[in-house]
Amino acid sequence: MHLLEVKNLRVEVDGKKILNGLELSVSRGSVHALMGPNGSGKSTLAHVLAGKDDYVVTQGEVLLDGEDILALPPEERAAKGLFLAFQYPFEIPGVATMTFLRTALNAQRKKRGEDELSTPEFLKRVRAVAGKLGIEQEMLRRGVNVGFSGGEKKRNEILQMALLQPRLCVLDETDSGLDIDALKVVADGVNGLRSPERAFVVITHYQRLLNYIVPDVVHVLSRGRIVKTGDKQLALDLEATGYAQYQEEMA
Amino acid sequence: MNAEVHPIKTAAETALAQSFAAVKRALPGAGAVGALREDAFRRFEAEGLPHRRVEEWKYTDLRALMREAKPLADVPDAAAKARAKDVLATLPAIEARRVVFVDGALVLELSDLAGLEAGLTIRSMAQALAAGDGDLLAHLGRIVPTDDVAVVLNTAFMGDGAVIRVARGAALAQPIHLVFVNAGGEPAAVFARSLVVIEKGARAMLVESHVGATASEDQVNTVLELKVGDEAHVDHIKITGDGAGALHVSTLMAAIGAHARFNEFLFTTGGAVVRNQAFVRFDGEGTIAGIRGASLLKGRQHADTTLVADHAVADCTSREVFKSVLDEEGRSVFQGKIIVQRNAQKTDAKMATHALLLSETAEADNKPELEIFADDVQCGHGATSGALDEDLLFYLKARGIPAKEAQALLIQAFVGEAVEGIEHAGLRDALMDHVVAWLEARG
Repeated sequence: MHLLEVKNLRVEVDGKKILNGLELSVSRGSVHALMGPNGSGKSTLAHVLAGKDDYVVTQGEVLLDGEDILALPPEERAAKGLFLAFQYPFEIPGVATMTFLRTALNAQRKKRGEDELSTPEFLKRVRAVAGKLGIEQEMLRRGVNVGFSGGEKKRNEILQMALLQPRLCVLDETDSGLDIDALKVVADGVNGLRSPERAFVVITHYQRLLNYIVPDVVHVLSRGRIVKTGDKQLALDLEATGYAQYQEEMA
Repeated sequence: MNAEVHPIKTAAETALAQSFAAVKRALPGAGAVGALREDAFRRFEAEGLPHRRVEEWKYTDLRALMREAKPLADVPDAAAKARAKDVLATLPAIEARRVVFVDGALVLELSDLAGLEAGLTIRSMAQALAAGDGDLLAHLGRIVPTDDVAVVLNTAFMGDGAVIRVARGAALAQPIHLVFVNAGGEPAAVFARSLVVIEKGARAMLVESHVGATASEDQVNTVLELKVGDEAHVDHIKITGDGAGALHVSTLMAAIGAHARFNEFLFTTGGAVVRNQAFVRFDGEGTIAGIRGASLLKGRQHADTTLVADHAVADCTSREVFKSVLDEEGRSVFQGKIIVQRNAQKTDAKMATHALLLSETAEADNKPELEIFADDVQCGHGATSGALDEDLLFYLKARGIPAKEAQALLIQAFVGEAVEGIEHAGLRDALMDHVVAWLEARG
């Protein structure tokens, strides 16, 4: 059984059709890259997977381990191991990053019937992952993402991912706004989490990120459906030719 | 003030007149104090209870809200004291010197008046009034004079309260906690009056809690007159947690000296109708003040904060931050006026009010006013009202945090921004615990 299966997914926003029968199967241990021009539905897919409610699913299924998750609220999807790294992580003044991390981790553990982590154990885990990502302790005491640079916000997303240990990681344009050094730090963070049990869906507009997070499968999304699937070479070809041909094919 | 004559008295006004005639001779203080009461009551009778056509009371129509006047509370008996003790046990554990008033009367056996620090005196207002104390009369009603009807009514009926003085340069090691408990079996009226004088260079923190034993419909009218000396550093935190049926009208009149620090915080979760008035006047240059507050309201609670910050002299800074969290049919009113007098150059005053509406039926009314007569000042106000941010809620939920918990985190953060202004860490924590308890009760 695939870890994630998206079947004939049709989604509308404000009456406008964004996803038009999207099919996607992701197996454990694999990294799938999802590429496509602006407006092709990449971010919509990411948000629908995570459970944002501004999107109307008119048809189709999203199966995580064979279970349809479309009826579940976002927090239950998260507890089942789905994680969305946001393209634009939000700032939450007044909620300390540590409080946020701890509340999230313990809520997920509780939902799964596990004990809450003790304070020392929690701190140990946070310090370990923060260290790898070059996130200062001082930043963790601040409000969530408050006063963080674009790169720091993305690193904070990866920190959350590393701490929560999800099974399916959806990265929504994690490379946007990152310089090359920050990109490497983020990619190292992601690569460090690769395991036979975990899968990644890496959404990106550019091939550059895929030099650092090397995908097993590359999909091209256009007008709300996958129009081509290949290996990492496909991403390199796209870099040379652009998306125009796929948009024309659909027209 | 409105000089309109009321041809017909309301039931409450009639009851107040009868009550005053019946009890005035039994109230503490004869002579000058008695004359003060008589004069105050005459002024009240001329005005009557304020109603919505009186601008200052536009949003809190006391004439309509106060259907009847409750009888004055009895002196607490053993049963009332026992009930009060139960209520005291529910108060947050703040390391402080407690002074406890039950149904408006000082109760020594519940208070901690032994071993007062050097420079600190605490007396009973009722005793000071009865003695016709000259020092008291020199200050009473004179720190920030006002014709406000709630104060006038309080002066007519004032019973007990605290008279506190902190001597020049004295720094109190722990806060003084004035606790007003309404423990009576029957709904009753309490008129509490306190006077606090903090002399030059002294450091004091005053916490004032109002709590009710039950959902009984008590009527509380409380007045605190506060004089903050030059170079003094004073915090006053008032926690309004009366019973769910209570009508609570409170007035702070504070005059602040030069180069002083003054922090006021008004925290309200209790009462059916609450009106918190704060009249703060800056009398000396170079003073920094924070006047903040937070109200958490649900059911049909109504809480009105009416503030006048009078920058009468140059070079003072004030920050006003008020937050309200409104659930169900809760309603918050904020009337905030900053006055910058002609000579008050270099005044730096900023006022912000924010309302968080958790339901479609909640209401927030905001009336900021700036009256600026000086030309070299920085003065501004901002007001917002709205619901919780859906994007932030989604972000939290996407990390596995259930909806209620996500809301609670954001509400705590919202209130926390005002509470952060409190310098005392123990009190900040106590208030945030109160917020958490309020959120948990929300279910």
